[in-house]
Amino acid sequence: MGDLIGKSVKRVEDNRFIKGEGKYTDDFNMDNQTHAVYVRSPHAHANIKGVDTSKAEALDGVVKVFTGQDIADAGIVGSICGWQVDFKNGDTMKEPGHPIMVADKVRHVGDAVALVIAESKNIARDAAGLVEVNYEVLDAVVNPKEAAQDGAPLVHDDVPNNTIYDWELGNKEETDAAFEKAHHITELSYHNQKLVPNAIEPRAALGHFDSNEDKYTLYTTSQNPHLARLVIGAFVLSIPEHKLRVISPDVGGGFGSKIFVYNDECGVLWAAKQIGRPVKWTADRTEAFFTDCHGRDHVTDAKIALDKEGKIIGLRTKTYASLGAYLSNFSSCVPTYLHGTLMQGLYTTPAIHVDVTAVVTHTVPVDALRGAGRPEATYGIERLVETAAREIGMDPAEFRLKNFIPPFDGVKQPGYQTQVALQYDSGNYEGALKKALKNANYEKLKKDRDKARAEGKLLGIGFSTYIEACGIAPSAVVGSLGARVGLYDAASIRVHPTGKVTIYSGAHSHGQGHETTFSQIVADSFGIGMEDVNVVHGDTESVPFGMGTYGSRSLAVCGSAIMKSVDKVKEKGARIAAHKLECSPDDLEFANGSWTVKGTDKSVGFGDVALTAYVPHSYPENEEPGLDFASFYDPANFVFPFGAHICVVEVDKETGQVKIVRYVTVDDAGNIINPMIVDGQVHGGVAHGIGQALYEGAVYDDSGQLLNGSMLDYCMPRADNFPMFETDTTVTPCPHNPLGVKGIGEAGTIGSTPAVVNAVIDALSDYGVKDLQMPLTPQSVWAAMQS
Amino acid sequence: MEVSMTVNGTSYTHDVEPRTLLVTHLRENLRLTGTHVGCDTSSCGACTIIVDGETVKSCTLLAVQCEGAEIKTIEGMAENGKLHPIQESFREKHGLQCGFCTPGMILSSWQLLERNPNPSEDEIRHSLEGNFCRCTGYQNIVTAVQDAATKV
Ligand code: FES
Ligand code: FES
Repeated sequence: MGDLIGKSVKRVEDNRFIKGEGKYTDDFNMDNQTHAVYVRSPHAHANIKGVDTSKAEALDGVVKVFTGQDIADAGIVGSICGWQVDFKNGDTMKEPGHPIMVADKVRHVGDAVALVIAESKNIARDAAGLVEVNYEVLDAVVNPKEAAQDGAPLVHDDVPNNTIYDWELGNKEETDAAFEKAHHITELSYHNQKLVPNAIEPRAALGHFDSNEDKYTLYTTSQNPHLARLVIGAFVLSIPEHKLRVISPDVGGGFGSKIFVYNDECGVLWAAKQIGRPVKWTADRTEAFFTDCHGRDHVTDAKIALDKEGKIIGLRTKTYASLGAYLSNFSSCVPTYLHGTLMQGLYTTPAIHVDVTAVVTHTVPVDALRGAGRPEATYGIERLVETAAREIGMDPAEFRLKNFIPPFDGVKQPGYQTQVALQYDSGNYEGALKKALKNANYEKLKKDRDKARAEGKLLGIGFSTYIEACGIAPSAVVGSLGARVGLYDAASIRVHPTGKVTIYSGAHSHGQGHETTFSQIVADSFGIGMEDVNVVHGDTESVPFGMGTYGSRSLAVCGSAIMKSVDKVKEKGARIAAHKLECSPDDLEFANGSWTVKGTDKSVGFGDVALTAYVPHSYPENEEPGLDFASFYDPANFVFPFGAHICVVEVDKETGQVKIVRYVTVDDAGNIINPMIVDGQVHGGVAHGIGQALYEGAVYDDSGQLLNGSMLDYCMPRADNFPMFETDTTVTPCPHNPLGVKGIGEAGTIGSTPAVVNAVIDALSDYGVKDLQMPLTPQSVWAAMQS
Repeated sequence: MEVSMTVNGTSYTHDVEPRTLLVTHLRENLRLTGTHVGCDTSSCGACTIIVDGETVKSCTLLAVQCEGAEIKTIEGMAENGKLHPIQESFREKHGLQCGFCTPGMILSSWQLLERNPNPSEDEIRHSLEGNFCRCTGYQNIVTAVQDAATKV
């Protein structure tokens, strides 16, 4: 390897972004294009008694108005759920349909009832306002726990108790026994509140049908264009794959919300064929609030049991998870396989039982959002651990160190088999925490806290030590758990005749910096420069069938596919080099861009070999020309990044306002390709997690109205909410992928939320406040201090 | 209604619907798509541009209000092929990830440094309060502005 890996190489993609020359979906236009606006339900639950489109259709410039009835008449189903989680008793998961537009009943505010297409967006908007829908408003249910109770309003008539499945994991009897013999039990009830993703770029789609080629093209804001093509082609619109091209150009942030194949985008593509003209749709922010899949919304009762030495001997949780009104693509796996399986945390807890009831409610659908299930799990564990430590009078750091799984590298020591199905790959949890304690100067910090308290200031210190499962995922494993797709990734490497290289990546970059990190890996592998490599992603017509970017998987999974292609290039290159050097490939070693005959100075360069591959005049017998390889990589296991976060807050006594004074992180993502990018991912993740702790949360009233459905009302974290985060890393390589990498995109979000809440609770300890529900607004903190 | 304005040194005259927002005019009529739209409540700052020397959120103005105005957008920040130091600092300090908020951030930073060439960290954070970024946690944006302050 060369010297690019491990360096903070500046991002190559920035050149276009800093000049405003990024190309996002809404920046594309087509000749003869029309503009679409969806008519959406203002009610959370209502029967549709009639839809009158005549006034809209009469407006000058309106091309066409489609309704839910048109969709029903066309026999089109909507987007699908990609993961089947069955009931405990073996009954099949309930899968209520979600048509592209509804004809009979709306089930959340924002449900689409009609699609207006016009010559301009303004006309389409005007016409949308003229579509008259006669609603019969019905009672709604928004709270996940209430939704499962007898008598709750039903979201779908064929889903009794609104229950999509119930599910459990772990050992119930052993967990019961642990609680029976417990010396101390700590209990908490909490709501991982419903969060709105709010990527700054709204979703958009530009659909086109070419009747000459009988072929569709869709530009769209997707984290995974091939997955979009698969779902739209094979399931929603029945378009053969070779007749559908999905292009996901620059995407302005995803955070999970752009994994999913939304009905809106499907509707645009369908309509483009119906009217024979391109159709463009771009969500406005209000629409994003009411249609982008939300995250979290888990209501949980949890407890842990301790023995008299302060060792955790049991953990139990019962969660009601809302999936919103309909099942989005991966909604069903979030509360189960991305949440229940993480309940081991970093601890040796010998008995765990997780119980989940997933329900539908009259709210915007819920699916993966940065962290997806793992933040919910980590919040519970880390709040319980910290509370338990406090209750038994032990320092929370010491309590964790006492209960951690001991270090293991996954090579000399085997992976750690948890009580909840996963096998951790490698970890050194005490290493991360000890480093964080040192970086934070914990001993001094405690004295500072005492001093501040003596002066009447409310300073608090909070911890969180997290683990996450990412690099999803071994296809056979997820298949056995109900996934309806494989979760490999793919990449090809095309070495051009002059030794320049293009990487075609199945992973999609929407902020992660793949164009840089992937180039670093490949340039280093071949001993060439960054400028000799470029990355193509986001177009199903050119990149191999990869599963895209989510779950912090790009480097661990697609990066591994890239390495497989690198190896293939090197193997073939060695054969060509051997021919040129008149030796056996075994006599060669590759370093610094050349194959050299071992022990000699006879060598041939990478560019030379590339040229020979494409001008094969003097060439090994039976060798194909060219130097171009595709590879698929199906991971052997998940990867398990981990880390320790320490948060210091000050609570304003008068107002209840929480100020983050310090935020110290030590994250372990395995080997690091680009420290600058890793740091940036941590910053963004931490900010997002602090958002959940202190600011964000969808607020619904009983009728199912989202009361804060705008950026004015929904509190997004701002620049002045944070101090400078103090980040650091430890490196425990992943033992089972070629780069030894784990993943960092979600770590900050997973780690930070409980650290902040723990710190606030610590700050309020003199007030006897044991728990608070997120977000910790000044109002709720102040109220807790008064009671 | 006819409206004329100078954008990044070029003058444009267009016939627009009176209700056309300035940002829509820039993006759709002038095809200057570096100015982004992230919200409908003037909250996100992605549409920030410079009108007659002052930054404004271009979603808060109608195109017709800008008759005769001198406008600069992100596309006009680099001059003669040379990046503005703020642009350079954003790249240098990793002040962007997905890039969607970036044009607005760069222009808001420009305004800050015009008014206060030596801002403190707090002043930078405060002055960028009207620009949302979901990717960076703002840290490297702040660092980028600090870096730019040493250059402009
Ligand atoms: S688009 Fe102008 S502030 Fe959001
Ligand atoms: S870089 Fe993505 S929103 Fe700021």
